[in-house]
Amino acid sequence: MRDVPEHPDWLWSSPEPKRSYDVVIVGGGGHGLATAYYLAKNHGITDVAVLERGWLAGGNMARNTTIIRSNYLWDESAGIYEHALKLWEGLEDDLGYPILFSQRGVLNLAHSLQDVRDSVRRVHANRLNGVDAEWLGPDEVKEICPIVNVSPDVRYPVLGATYQPRAGIAKHDYVAWGFARAAAAMGVHLIENCEVTGVEVAGGRVQAVQTTKGRIAAGTVALSAAGHSSVVAATAGVELPVQTHPLQALVSELLEPVHPTVVMSNAVHVYVSQAHKGELVMGAGIDPYNSYRQRGAFHIIEQQMSAALELFPIFARAHVLRTWAGIVDVTPDASPVVGKTPVDGLLVNCGWGTGGFKATPGVGWCYAHTIAHGEPHPLNAPFSLERFTTGALVDEHGAAAVAH
Amino acid sequence: MTSRRMTGWQGETVRFRFDGRDYEGVRGDTLASALLANGVRTVAASPALGRPRGIYAAWTEEPNALVQVAAEPMLQATTVELRDGLDAHGLSGRGRLTDETDTARYDAVHAHCDVLVVGAGPAGLAAATVAAETGARVIIADDRPIAGGSLPDTAETVGGVAGAEWAAATLDALDGRPDIRVLRRTSVFGYYDDNYLVAVERRGEHAHSRERVWRIRARRVVLATGAHERPIAFAGNDRPGVMLAGSARAYANRHGVLPGDRAVVFTTNDSAYAAARDLAAAGVEIAAIVDTRATPSRGGDGVEILTGHVVTAVGGDDGVSSVTVSPSDGGAGREIEADLLLVSGGWSPLVHLFSQSGGDLRHDDGIGSFVPASARQAVEVAGAARGVFTLAGCLEDGAAAGARAAEAAGFRVEGTFEVPRTPDEDPAAPAEHLWLVPGADYSTHFVDLQRDVTVADVMRATGAGLRSVEHVKRYTTAGTAHDQGKLSGVLTSAVVGHALGLPLGDLGTTTFRAPYVPVGFATLAGRHRGALHDPVRTTSLHEWHVAYGAPFENVGQWKRPWYYPRAGEDMETAVLRECGAVRESVGAMDASTLGKIDVQGPDAAEFLDRIYTNMMSTLKVGAIRYGVMCRPDGMVFDDGTVIRLADDRFLVTTTTGNAAAVLDWMEEWLQTEWPGLRVYCTSVTEHWATVALAGPGSRDVLAGLAPGLAVDAASFPFMTWRDTEVAGLAARVCRISFSGELAYEINVNAWDGLALWEAVMGTGVVTPYGTETMHVLRAEKGYPIVGQDTDGTVTPADLGMDWVVSKKKPDFIGKRSFARADTSRPDRKHLVGLLPADPGRLLPEGAHLVETSTLPEPPVPTLGHVTSSYRSAVLGSTFALALVSGGRDRMGEVLYVPLGGEQVPVTVTSHILYDPEGARRDG
Ligand SMILES: Cc1cc2nc3c(=O)[nH]c(=O)nc-3n(C[C@H](O)[C@H](O)[C@H](O)COP(=O)(O)OP(=O)(O)OC[C@H]3O[C@@H](n4cnc5c(N)ncnc54)[C@H](O)[C@@H]3O)c2cc1C
Repeated sequence: MRDVPEHPDWLWSSPEPKRSYDVVIVGGGGHGLATAYYLAKNHGITDVAVLERGWLAGGNMARNTTIIRSNYLWDESAGIYEHALKLWEGLEDDLGYPILFSQRGVLNLAHSLQDVRDSVRRVHANRLNGVDAEWLGPDEVKEICPIVNVSPDVRYPVLGATYQPRAGIAKHDYVAWGFARAAAAMGVHLIENCEVTGVEVAGGRVQAVQTTKGRIAAGTVALSAAGHSSVVAATAGVELPVQTHPLQALVSELLEPVHPTVVMSNAVHVYVSQAHKGELVMGAGIDPYNSYRQRGAFHIIEQQMSAALELFPIFARAHVLRTWAGIVDVTPDASPVVGKTPVDGLLVNCGWGTGGFKATPGVGWCYAHTIAHGEPHPLNAPFSLERFTTGALVDEHGAAAVAH
Repeated sequence: MTSRRMTGWQGETVRFRFDGRDYEGVRGDTLASALLANGVRTVAASPALGRPRGIYAAWTEEPNALVQVAAEPMLQATTVELRDGLDAHGLSGRGRLTDETDTARYDAVHAHCDVLVVGAGPAGLAAATVAAETGARVIIADDRPIAGGSLPDTAETVGGVAGAEWAAATLDALDGRPDIRVLRRTSVFGYYDDNYLVAVERRGEHAHSRERVWRIRARRVVLATGAHERPIAFAGNDRPGVMLAGSARAYANRHGVLPGDRAVVFTTNDSAYAAARDLAAAGVEIAAIVDTRATPSRGGDGVEILTGHVVTAVGGDDGVSSVTVSPSDGGAGREIEADLLLVSGGWSPLVHLFSQSGGDLRHDDGIGSFVPASARQAVEVAGAARGVFTLAGCLEDGAAAGARAAEAAGFRVEGTFEVPRTPDEDPAAPAEHLWLVPGADYSTHFVDLQRDVTVADVMRATGAGLRSVEHVKRYTTAGTAHDQGKLSGVLTSAVVGHALGLPLGDLGTTTFRAPYVPVGFATLAGRHRGALHDPVRTTSLHEWHVAYGAPFENVGQWKRPWYYPRAGEDMETAVLRECGAVRESVGAMDASTLGKIDVQGPDAAEFLDRIYTNMMSTLKVGAIRYGVMCRPDGMVFDDGTVIRLADDRFLVTTTTGNAAAVLDWMEEWLQTEWPGLRVYCTSVTEHWATVALAGPGSRDVLAGLAPGLAVDAASFPFMTWRDTEVAGLAARVCRISFSGELAYEINVNAWDGLALWEAVMGTGVVTPYGTETMHVLRAEKGYPIVGQDTDGTVTPADLGMDWVVSKKKPDFIGKRSFARADTSRPDRKHLVGLLPADPGRLLPEGAHLVETSTLPEPPVPTLGHVTSSYRSAVLGSTFALALVSGGRDRMGEVLYVPLGGEQVPVTVTSHILYDPEGARRDG
């Protein structure tokens, strides 16, 4: 039995860049590709180039642990993530690509009385926002995921969990390729190995980008460069409140199915799912130091293993097969920035940090709207760059302490 | 002795099971060699296509022969050391986790050295020997059970003795030296920054620890990791009986096993001739050598050599029964009967660790593979790992690398290393670089055996428009199996190159990632499991709490007594009783877990002025002040009391859970923003035991215990502290209150904590109370708990604590943010009290508030949420604290808490519900 689906026979072509486009999207990750797709599909804008410094969707898009959920605390977050989740639910048909979206549910475990308070709070908030959410006791956790250790005799016992049944995982590469293929079919140029080295601004307006394949003029330049966002924005004189950190993940060998859902824990810091092929996919927190290199430190992996075995003693004899890191863009309030910059025609989408995969269709939708109208969509309006001046933060850090 | 073992091969018999059948092998076998010795050719069916698959290689590069051994889900049969009772099963792509508890122990060791040599083959042994001579501290690690790298495989001689013997003696000699550490069965699997390498040592099922991780920091590293033989993609190249030539040679020389009776050898280079010679000597009939080159350099020792030929088909459903060979330029093929097909596409240096270290690779067109180019760390590469393929060359290269490494680490090389004599080798003829035998249809030309990926699949990927090997890998899944593409990785690149008409060097490889070999989860978790997952911190009174039957609450790493139930009491009754005791008489709580930081130095006062929102520099010695710390965004981060011990010395108290974070915070500002301030911060949390004595009777109790202390309100006013003796113990008593009652905190040396507590309890009038009662009492008074009533989005003003924010200080962390548009919005969420219409109704903490008595369709904007909720004896009602939008302007308003279809009405009140005048503070 093949454990992967058949891919289409044709994905995308590799055109040479034109001298100018209506819209240049910097960064061919999931977000850049989804944005290009919705620009073409929702707004009929097809004179678009997506410029990618490496191979398409080889950044965080290729490295994330693919958890999709919308059970965020604040109304602003629930708005955009739930919009994304609704799009996910139709995406396979929409793109005509087998993206392996599996709504297997996500459990967020609580291990302390304060965890419980925070979790219950989030469940209540989710329900008001129309996001499916349940609070489960340890026995119910065990029913949904029999391999979780809910014994009261461990260092930080599981006191319960929030559960979002509609949450789940998808295959990151296929999502990216689905967007890429559909966007390319509508005329969008996908240009690989083309690094943007500078953004040209004159009279407060964006003019063009300088790239390793020459100058490309653009009416609108839309940044979507994830971990490199602040570097690219700086070339236009725009300072972003973003710190870049490595974030690691790992997989085990392929295993027979043991883990039916997705489990995340902040107190015993690890999160785990079992991918379609059978490997356990795991991650934990960011490496604490700033870095632009896609590699992390080893002790982070060791700590993660200790956490994993606390929750899942059955994993003891599994093996780590491969570890890797992406570089994630973290804002002070752990919420993204999607919108305008002080430079006319220069837009920014960044700051998704450890959790932007799940937003891919939603942010593509809203960012495309922002590009097409020159004004944010109501769902990304709260995520302005301005909020760091006004103080209207959407703090998912302190409040929910849940990422990914 | 079994049928395929070379006659005369000696060894202790080992009994094992495979797929439910009993077999015998010999000590020193791997499971793979033992299976081959027993004539077992098929290990499992391939995962996707169900084709039979056998053993293809002889060590960690094995792509095929995966087995489950007891609870161990996926191992390569080629790396499993045979042991008595071993019970293995062949796996088709997926392993199985079992419920069996892993009772084995795992350890980790930190080690430092001047030179780390990875690999104890000829190059590594030479490097280690030379480095050791200089006096450098050397670690040499090798993943095999016996030393020598390829020497035991090739049976070559060194210094006139068998290579394996020379290697064993050399390694033993190193092992005997004081500053040298020899790590056997130890795979270096990760190369991180700053020459930090990690290795796993396999110590055996019955060892003190089953496996241990070595965390090695090395001044210099010598990578002598050898090379892998390359496969060739041709039709039917996955049949059991197709095997790398060097691996077959290893089975013969290392294990005395003949992997077949009659072999065809298919090669692009000279090395397979030596394999053929050794196998023939061992008793395998060599039917023919098929050489892709027009002119081979050596004779076949009487064997027929078909030059300019390739293998175009392999016959036999369950395993090789015949091999069809054809001229490279087309033309009729010829079928040769054989049960073994040995393949050699040349050798690829094992560049994984070098690449992990950050080093760049380049394609060497001469040897047709990627080799180390420029290094980013303090690393040398020696021997086959950088493309030196002769034995003498490896010895010399290793010695030179060892000398360079030792010198770079600051040691002097004296004298010269005498490279041991090796037999003369014929100069090698140039190899051909053939990865792929052209075919009409590529559906059985396998590039990744374990993932069942064929050349046809790769071509489909390039046909779909993919240009990057990373994309092709992901599209086909080639290189993602258990072996992480050790053999298939570069082959896939080569096929992509073939399909796109690009040179291999232009395509590069996919990224090499740690771990080089799979490493157990439990191995990495080490001892940090169960109770040791995170240290448990207990106070010096802990045993008393346990004896008294208190359940504990985890607060950070601390165990805090939650409440003290008496016989027949549930939590609610116990807590109401404890609350009553404090409000009416006197109670005591173990407050030792609060974080305590000693802040000293000439600039200590200035420092605290910057860290806290309120003024600390005006505090008098002997006095205490409550303070709040904010983040730069103006949001409350921590709170607690500060006592001034001297002009230049303060004791800062933090919340229990935040103690480490606050110390980090202070250090971060001191070290990065204000290095000019002369301030020293020291955590003293564990030095003290703290007993909070609270309630109207607390003064009398204290007076009784501290006869030398003037306790009247005038002599010992609120927010001051005194050094005195309590119960005969040196103590510092602070008059502070977190309950609103008259209260004291008695601090003694942690060693004396239990004595103090027992003295307090010995008065017979004091009720012990836990964290839950503490929470209720403070909530009745409207005192917020940081982290419970705040969540990083709450300013002091939101808490109704404007007074704690200094208007006079020029600056402090958070100050600028208070002037921001959003931070001064009138409808921010304020901390308020809530009284449910039904005084018996306890609101769940975390529930939200809405304006309307019927719930509209989602999304419903929330007004805020319940942060704390309790039953109160003194209020005769339940009550809650909540953060509510514009809350202070809603006093008396009725809001609703949606709970499971019900809209529960509550009235908004002040957050200070009990004793708002503060009349009880002085007793
Ligand atoms: C280990 C890990 C685990 C994660 N797990 C999850 C998860 O479970 N769920 C979840 O929702 N999110 C997760 N994330 C986060 C998620 O991957 C990111 O938030 C999201 O992918 C970011 O958007 P993107 O796909 O566009 O980013 P990327 O894929 O990183 O795209 C940015 C692209 O910009 C390109 N670029 C950068 N600079 C330039 C330049 N100058 N010129 C041209 N191109 C440039 C980069 O090469 C890159 O391809 C995880 C991230 C990591 C690293």
